[in-house]
Amino acid sequence: MIGARARRLVRLALKSLWAHRLRSLLTALGMVFGVGAVVAMLAVGEGASRDAQQQFLRLGSRNIIVRSVKPPESTSASATRSFVVAYGLELSDVEVVRATVPHLARTAARRDIPSDLWNGARKHRGSVFGVETSYREVTNLELARGRFLTDDDARTKKNVCVLGAAAAEALFPASDPLVGSVRVGGDYYGVVGVAARRGTAPASGAGASGEEDSAVFVPLAAALERFSPLIRVQTSGSRSAERVELHQLIAEVSGTEQVTAAARALRTLLEQRHPKGDVNVVVPLELLEEAARTKRRFTMVLAFIAGVSLLVGGIGIMNIMLANVTERTREIGIRRALGARRRDVVLQFLAETIVLATVGGAIGLGLGVGLPFAITKAFDTPTAVTASSLVMALLVSAATGIVFGLYPASRAAALDPVEALRHD
Amino acid sequence: MAAPVVELRDLWRTYVLGGHEVHALAGVELTIEEGAYVAIMGPSGSGKSTLLNVLGLLDRPTRGTYLLGGRDVSALDDDDVSAERGRRLGFVFQNYNLIPQLDVVENVEVPMVYAGVGDHEARERATALAERMGLGARLGHRPTELSGGQQQRVAIARALANDPLVLLADEPTGNLDTRTGQEILGLLDELHAHGKTLVVVTHDPGVAARADRIVRMRDGRVERIDVNRPAGATS
Repeated sequence: MIGARARRLVRLALKSLWAHRLRSLLTALGMVFGVGAVVAMLAVGEGASRDAQQQFLRLGSRNIIVRSVKPPESTSASATRSFVVAYGLELSDVEVVRATVPHLARTAARRDIPSDLWNGARKHRGSVFGVETSYREVTNLELARGRFLTDDDARTKKNVCVLGAAAAEALFPASDPLVGSVRVGGDYYGVVGVAARRGTAPASGAGASGEEDSAVFVPLAAALERFSPLIRVQTSGSRSAERVELHQLIAEVSGTEQVTAAARALRTLLEQRHPKGDVNVVVPLELLEEAARTKRRFTMVLAFIAGVSLLVGGIGIMNIMLANVTERTREIGIRRALGARRRDVVLQFLAETIVLATVGGAIGLGLGVGLPFAITKAFDTPTAVTASSLVMALLVSAATGIVFGLYPASRAAALDPVEALRHD
Repeated sequence: MAAPVVELRDLWRTYVLGGHEVHALAGVELTIEEGAYVAIMGPSGSGKSTLLNVLGLLDRPTRGTYLLGGRDVSALDDDDVSAERGRRLGFVFQNYNLIPQLDVVENVEVPMVYAGVGDHEARERATALAERMGLGARLGHRPTELSGGQQQRVAIARALANDPLVLLADEPTGNLDTRTGQEILGLLDELHAHGKTLVVVTHDPGVAARADRIVRMRDGRVERIDVNRPAGATS
C-alpha cells in the first residue's frame, strides 16, 4: 500500500518535472555539479592520501631513517679553509646506536658513491651504494632475479654487485645481466642479482626518487675499501670536496609501539654526537601520522566546499519550486477540491524536489566517478573513488531535496482552496 | 418526500474587510432533497458563489449548521473536510479546471486516488466514466488537445468519480457556445434523470429553467424559491 503510494507519487513527480523538462534540467544542474565536484574532489584527495601512505609504508612503518645532511656553510668555518667539508654519519655512530638505542631489531648502513657504471661501451650515470647485507630485509627491497648480497660476500669483500632495475635495463638491454659484470672506475663487479623496480621513492625519506633503481649495490666493506670517502664537488668555479663516511642508517624497531621511544633515544644520542646538525632523523610513522592529519584537514575543507555547493544547489531548487508552486496554484486548488488533504499536497511537491535532487545527484555521481578517471589518465595522478563517498553523496542529495522542498511544499499546502481556484 | 441530502440552518459567512464586517451569507436556510435539481441565481454580490463554496466545503461557515447526508460537517478538521469533499461532493467549474499534464483518464482518476481507490479499479472506473460521457476516442488525450465541450465532459466524469451525494456546478456552460452548452445541459438532465442530486449556480435563465427549483439569493439570504416542477418529478 505504502509502496504503491510512493510509486504513484514518484510517477506524478516525474510527469510534472517532464512537463517542464528544460527548467527541471537547469535546476538539477546545480545538484549535478555540486555532487560531481564533491565526489571527484574526494576521489583525488583519497588517491593522494593512499599514495602518500603507500610510500611511507614502503619505507617501513617500523623504520627510522638517519641521513647525513650537509650543514649550512656559515656554521662550518673550517670548510672555507680546508676546502673539505666533513659531515654526516660515521661508522662509530653506527656502533653506538646499535649498542645504546633500545628496541632496535636490526640496522642497515649505506654509503653512496655517485659514479658512472659501465658495461663495455655502455654507460649509465648512477651510483654505487655500499650497503650492509641487512639492507634488503630492512628496506623491503625485492629481487627480480638472482640473489642479494650475503654475509659471505661482505666478509670476503668479493667484487659482486646487485643491479637496480633501471641500471640493469640501461647496461644490459639485450643480454643476461647475471652472467655479466659492471665496471666502476678500474674495478669489475660480477652481477649476482637484479632488484625489482622500486618506482618513485617518497619525497621525504630515503632520498631522491628512483635513486635505488639507478644504483648498483655492493657490500659496504668493499665500498669502504675501494672508494675514498672524499667526494669532489664542483660548483660554479670554486672547487671543494666533501667527506662523508655513511649517507644513511636505517634502523628497524622491533614493534610499532616502540617506534616513538626508539626515535626519541636516537635523536637525543645524535644531537650529542652531531651538534652541527649534520644528521637528520626521519620517522616514516610520524610522517604517516602527519599525512593522516593533513588528510583530515583536507577532508574538512572539502566537506565545507561540498556543503556550500549543495547549499547553492538546494537554494536553486527551492527557488524554482517556489515559482512552481505559484505557477501551479490553480492545480493545487483543483486537487484540494477533489479531496487532496494538505498532507497529499506536501507529499506531491516534496516528491518532486526529492526526485529532482536525487536524479541530479545521481547524474553528478556519474560525473564524479568519470572525472577522477579522466584526471588519472590525463595527469597521472592517483585517484580513488570510495563506495562510502557515493552513498553519502546520494543520501545528501536526497536530504537536500527534503530540506529545500519542505518550505515550498508547505506553502503550497497552506493555500486556501477558494483562493487557489480563483488564481489564474 | 425524499430524504434531505443538504440542510443549512442559520448559516453565516462573515468577512472582515478594512475593519468592517461583511456578511456574505447572513442566515441562509436551505434544504435540498435527494434527487433534486436546484439552480441558484442572484445578482453579483448576492452570496451565491460563497454559498456554493460553503456547500462544496471549500469555505467554512462562520456560524450555523451544515448537514451533508445527515452528518454535521460545519466543525470538521481539515483532513476530514478534504475527505468529505473528495468522496461525497463533485465539482464542475465554468473553466473546466482539468490538470494540464494529465490525460483524460488520469484526470478522472484524481478523486479516486485521493479517496484511496486502488490503481487498477481507479483506471477501470475512470475509463468507464469517460466512455459514458462520450470520450471513448479521447482517453489518452491531454486537456489542451480537447475542445471546450469535451473538457467539460471530462470534468463531469471526474465529478462523478466517487459517486457523490451532490454534484455542484458553477456556470457549467459559461465558457461554451450555445450548441455545446445545450449538450452539456442535456448530460446534466440525464444525470438528474438517473437520480443524481444537482446544484447549479448560474446567471442564465435558460440554464435555470432546466432545474426543478430556483433558489434566488439577495444580500446573503435566500430571497425566494421558485418551483418549476414539483420535487421528485422527472421531466
